[in-house]
Amino acid sequence: MKKVMQIINLHAKIGEKEILKGIDLDMFEGKVHAIMGPNGAGKSTLSKTIVGHPDVEVTEGDIIYKGKSIIDMEPEERALEGIFMSFQHPVEIPGVNNAYFLRTALNAKRKHLGLKPLNAAEFLKLLKSKIKELGMKEEMIHRSLNEGFSGGEKKLNEILQMEILEPDFVILDEIDSGLDIDALKKVSEAINNMRDSKRTFMIITHYRKILDYIEPDFVHVLKNGKVLKTGGIEIVDALEKEGYKIFGDA
Amino acid sequence: MGMEKVDKIINSDYELGFEIDIEEETAPPGLTEDTIKFISAKKNEPDWMLELRLKAFHAWQKMEEPKWAKVTYPPIDYQAISYWAAPKKGSKSLDEVDPEILKAYEKLGIPLEEQKALAGVAVDAVLDSVSVKTTFVEELNKLGIIFCSISEAIRDYPDLVKKYMFSVVPMTDNFFAALNSAVFSDGTFVYIPKGVKCPMELSTYFRINAQNTGQFERTLIIADEGSYVSYNEGCSAPSRDENQLHAAVVELIAHKDAHINYSTIQNWYPGDIEGNGGIYNFVTKRGLCEGENSKITWTQVETGSVITWKYPSCILKGDNSVGEFYSVAITRLAQQADTGTKMIHIGKNTKSLIISKGISAQKGQNSYRGLVKIHESAKGAKNFSECDSLLIGDNCGAHTFPYLESKCASAQVEHEATTSKISEEQLFYLRQRGISEEDAVSMIVHGFCKDVLNKLPMEFAVEAKALLDLTLEGSVG
Repeated sequence: MKKVMQIINLHAKIGEKEILKGIDLDMFEGKVHAIMGPNGAGKSTLSKTIVGHPDVEVTEGDIIYKGKSIIDMEPEERALEGIFMSFQHPVEIPGVNNAYFLRTALNAKRKHLGLKPLNAAEFLKLLKSKIKELGMKEEMIHRSLNEGFSGGEKKLNEILQMEILEPDFVILDEIDSGLDIDALKKVSEAINNMRDSKRTFMIITHYRKILDYIEPDFVHVLKNGKVLKTGGIEIVDALEKEGYKIFGDA
Repeated sequence: MGMEKVDKIINSDYELGFEIDIEEETAPPGLTEDTIKFISAKKNEPDWMLELRLKAFHAWQKMEEPKWAKVTYPPIDYQAISYWAAPKKGSKSLDEVDPEILKAYEKLGIPLEEQKALAGVAVDAVLDSVSVKTTFVEELNKLGIIFCSISEAIRDYPDLVKKYMFSVVPMTDNFFAALNSAVFSDGTFVYIPKGVKCPMELSTYFRINAQNTGQFERTLIIADEGSYVSYNEGCSAPSRDENQLHAAVVELIAHKDAHINYSTIQNWYPGDIEGNGGIYNFVTKRGLCEGENSKITWTQVETGSVITWKYPSCILKGDNSVGEFYSVAITRLAQQADTGTKMIHIGKNTKSLIISKGISAQKGQNSYRGLVKIHESAKGAKNFSECDSLLIGDNCGAHTFPYLESKCASAQVEHEATTSKISEEQLFYLRQRGISEEDAVSMIVHGFCKDVLNKLPMEFAVEAKALLDLTLEGSVG
C-alpha cells in the first residue's frame, strides 16, 4: 500500500479555538477512508485544513501529500495537484453559469497537466454525458452555480464536479446529509464508479447508511481533535451499538 | 491569505493614460463672454448659435453648483480652466489628420482608417474640443442618415439643430447643462430618417488630451418615425495629478415606433488611491420618447472618473413608450459615483425598467440615485427597478436613494434592492476547484453584472468585459 497522504501531529485552530489537537493519520492510494466522530470532533476542520481554507491556521505538524508538504500551498494549487472536496454547504454564486464555471475549472486543471483546453463544444459533450449518468436535469447546465438548487441538487452538483475534474484525492464532507434514499444510492453509485486503484477517498459521515453502499477500507474515529481509533467496518458496528463512548476519551 | 491578497488584484494601472504628442491650440484659462465668442468663432458658427450660447452663459452665471449628490471634492475654479483645445494640424480628411492622432486612436483600439475599422462600426473621433474624423459618412448618407460632428450639423443642418437642441435638456436645466450650453465644443449629431434601420453601430470616441482643459461635448440624436439606431460612446484621458472637468449633454429624441439604443463605456482617468487627479464627470443625458411605441435604452458601464454625477433619463411621453436603464458602475481607488436614472411617465401604458449594478472596492463610494415619476395621465404605467450592490473589502461603500412620485392609482411600481459582499466562501469555493483567485474574483463580478453586460452590442460587450477585468485586476481588499 502506498501512502498518498500523511498527516503528522497536526494542530490547527479556527480563530482562537484549537480544534485539531495532534492528528496522526495515513491515507493510502486507491483506498476509501471513512472518518466518523461526534459533533465537534474536528472532522470538517480536518478536511478544511487539507484543502487550505483561509479560516484555518495550522499551528503545528504537517500534511504530506504525494511526498510534499502542502500546508503552505494556496487552495488552488492544492486543487490542481488533485485534491478535491465536496462542500457540506455549497455556496451560491449568482450569475455565474454552471457550465462556464465547470469548463473554467477543468481547463485550469488541464493547463496544469500540460493538456490543451477543451473548447465549448467538446466540453458540452462531456458535460451532457455526465449529467445523464447522474440523472440530473439538463437545465442545470444553464443555471447559475448552485443558485436556487435544492439541497439534493447541490450535492449532485458536487458529485458532477468530481466526475468532471477527476481528482486523485477526494474528500466528501457529509455528502450524504440531506439526501433521500434514491439520491443517496445515485451518489454512492457515482462514487463507486470513480473508485480505482489510484484514487483515494476520504468520506466524512455521521451515518452508516452510505458505508453500506460504499464499503470503506478503513474507518477512523475522531474525537476531541485526535484520531482515537483506526480499523475496519467492525468499528461502525460497535459504534452503532454503543455510541462513541466505547472508545473513551482522547 | 484571503481578502488582503485579493487587494493586489484590484491595483491595476490605467493603461490609457498616455499623452498624445501633438501641438494644440488652447484658449487661455478663464470664462467670459469673450471666451464664448472665441469658441463660436473657432467653429464658424452662425450668429443664432452664439446668441443661444450667450443666453446660456448669462443664466449659468446666476446658477449654483448642485450640492445634493453624495460626492465630495474641492471647489472647482471655473476661471482656471481652459475651454478650448484643438490640434493645430489638419482635420476631417484623413490625409490631413496628424499621424500622431491616428496612432493614438489605433492604440486606443479605434482605428480611423475605414478599411481597418471594426466591421459595422462607424466612428466620430473627438479630441479635446474638436471632432478630428468621422468615418463611413458617405455610406450612411446614401440611406439619408446624417452622422457628423455637432459643429458641422450647426452649419449644415440648422433647421434640425434649432428644432431639437435644448428641446430635451433645456439650457438652464441644471448648472452643468447650462455651462455646457454656453461653452460646448464638439460632439456628435445623428439623424435617422423615417423607417430607416441604421445598418451600422454608430459611435463616438472622446479623448481628453490637452492639460488644464475641460471637455464639454454635446450630442444630439434624432430617430424619426419607425427608425432604429444603436449608438455607443467611449472615452479616456491621460493620467495626470490635476483634475479635469468633463461636462457633457446628450439629448435623444425617439419619434413614433422609433428605438434608440445608447451605450456608454466610460473609462476616464480615475485618479489614484489618494484621490489625486482624475476626471470630474458631470453629465446630463436625457431621452424623450416623443411618439407612441417609441423606446429608449440606456446602457452604461462606468469604470472611470474620480467623480461621476450622471443620470441618463427617459421622458416617456408617447403612449406605450418604453424606457430602459442598465448600468454597471465600478468605484475603486478613491472614486465616487452618484449615478442612476429618472423615468418620467406621462403617456398611457408606458413602461420603464431599471437594472443598476454597483460595485465598490478599495475606498470607492457608489450611490444609486433614481427617480420614478408617474404623472396622472400615465394610466397603466409600469416600472420595475432592481438595484444591486456588491462590496469588495471593508473600506468601500454602497448607497441607494430611490425616489418615487406617483399621481396615478393604476400604475404599478416595483423596487428591489440588494447589497452583498464577495464572500470568502464564494472565493474559496472557486479556488478549491483550481481557479486562481484573480479569475475567481473576475468570475463573481461578471456574474453579478451579467444582466447589464448582455445588453451591450457584441463588439462593445467584449470590450466592456475586458475593461472590467482590467479595472478589477488587483482591486479586492
